[in-house]
Amino acid sequence: MSMGVPEPAPPEGRAKGELEAAILAALHQAAPTALTPGEVQRRLAGPLAYTTVVTTLSRLQGKGLLSREKRGRAYAYTPVADESGLAARQMRKVLDGRSDRAAVLTHFVDELSDDDEELLRRLLDLGS
Amino acid sequence: MHVAVYLPLLFPLPAALLARPVGERLPPRPATWLLTVGALVLAAAGTAALGMLAVTGLIRIPLLARLSHHHWSVLAAQHHDPASLSTALLAGTLAAAVTLLAGRMLWLRARTLAEAASEAACLPGNDQLVVLDDPAAEAYAIPGRPGRIVISTGMLDALDPIEHQVLLAHERAHLSQRHHLFVACAQLAAAANPLLRPLAHAVGYTVERWADETAGAAVGDRARVARAIGKAAIASRRTADQPGRRLPAAVLGFLGRLRPAPLPGPVPRRVTALLAPVPRRPAWPALVLGALALAAAACALEAGLDLDALLDLVKRAATGHGAH
Repeated sequence: MSMGVPEPAPPEGRAKGELEAAILAALHQAAPTALTPGEVQRRLAGPLAYTTVVTTLSRLQGKGLLSREKRGRAYAYTPVADESGLAARQMRKVLDGRSDRAAVLTHFVDELSDDDEELLRRLLDLGS
Repeated sequence: MHVAVYLPLLFPLPAALLARPVGERLPPRPATWLLTVGALVLAAAGTAALGMLAVTGLIRIPLLARLSHHHWSVLAAQHHDPASLSTALLAGTLAAAVTLLAGRMLWLRARTLAEAASEAACLPGNDQLVVLDDPAAEAYAIPGRPGRIVISTGMLDALDPIEHQVLLAHERAHLSQRHHLFVACAQLAAAANPLLRPLAHAVGYTVERWADETAGAAVGDRARVARAIGKAAIASRRTADQPGRRLPAAVLGFLGRLRPAPLPGPVPRRVTALLAPVPRRPAWPALVLGALALAAAACALEAGLDLDALLDLVKRAATGHGAH
């Protein structure tokens, strides 16, 4: 491991998800104050390229997880859902394991088989 | 005890065959009511019949009669009751098992509903609607006081604004029409008598149809509802395909997957129903199912009167008044 790696490779796969989570956590900590990419970069541990942070922030914004406002020449970002929203999501994942729970929740749609999807596309003319 | 006591045990068989036709051919609201009440009546009549058969067995056992200081006459019971002791013992065992299973199901469901209500209360914000930042497309209602509707950003992305209205109207219908109670009652009946499982399964389908038709009335366009359901189902399948993600089990996961593979699943059936005209006239399967439930109740009542007369008779035989 050499010390002076100038530019880490752009994160891929699992690492990308972890970076997104770390950036979301940093933004949740700062909320309701919005953060610019530079501020996010400073709050994250480890060397990260500015461009990687910008790319990740705009990807999260594209997914609807962040809102942004113009601040000077850069954008400043805030999370759309608050920390308790994330907590609720975690709680739900834990409780999903209970089989009885599935009968209490009323889902909009059930799971589809391959044949079901094919049939749906024909019925609704949805294309593929 | 005559044939009347055995009939309620047989009626669930034809009822199970009628469950799906009733769910498909009747408008969803009367279908849900008929299937739920029918399942409860059939389960109650069957359980009562088992209990009555067990009682006729117990009063034939000399030891029990002695323990009760000859409150009734064993000889009279053996003379007048055509049910054999082994039948009565089997019925007693089944009655105990049924009571245990139904009690366990009630306890579990009450606990899960209480948990869901506390979860609904703990969700962030004060609005009925909660948006989760989750790329997996999903949407569901959590019953509670008040109930909440959870929709992921993935699901919002997959649908257009009118389809968002459809989705909200559908989930609101589940909450305001208390569909979870219909599902719980039908599943309680199925827990007491596994032969009634197709009825519980059909109720899981008809409450979805009920919410679909309510949403169709809300946006004034049933075909739009069909399209929203189709898009949502395909989107939730696409996003759930990501490794490590799993869509929560569908409604009625409690009973396992009862759907045979070659038949279309519930989603294409809901879409087909929405693209077809609204069914209006009661169909014959509904009439037959209703008749079966009524007949089961009548038979259980008749058997109850028979048992009452028998108990009266064996008591009088014991005290020597009017013994024949």
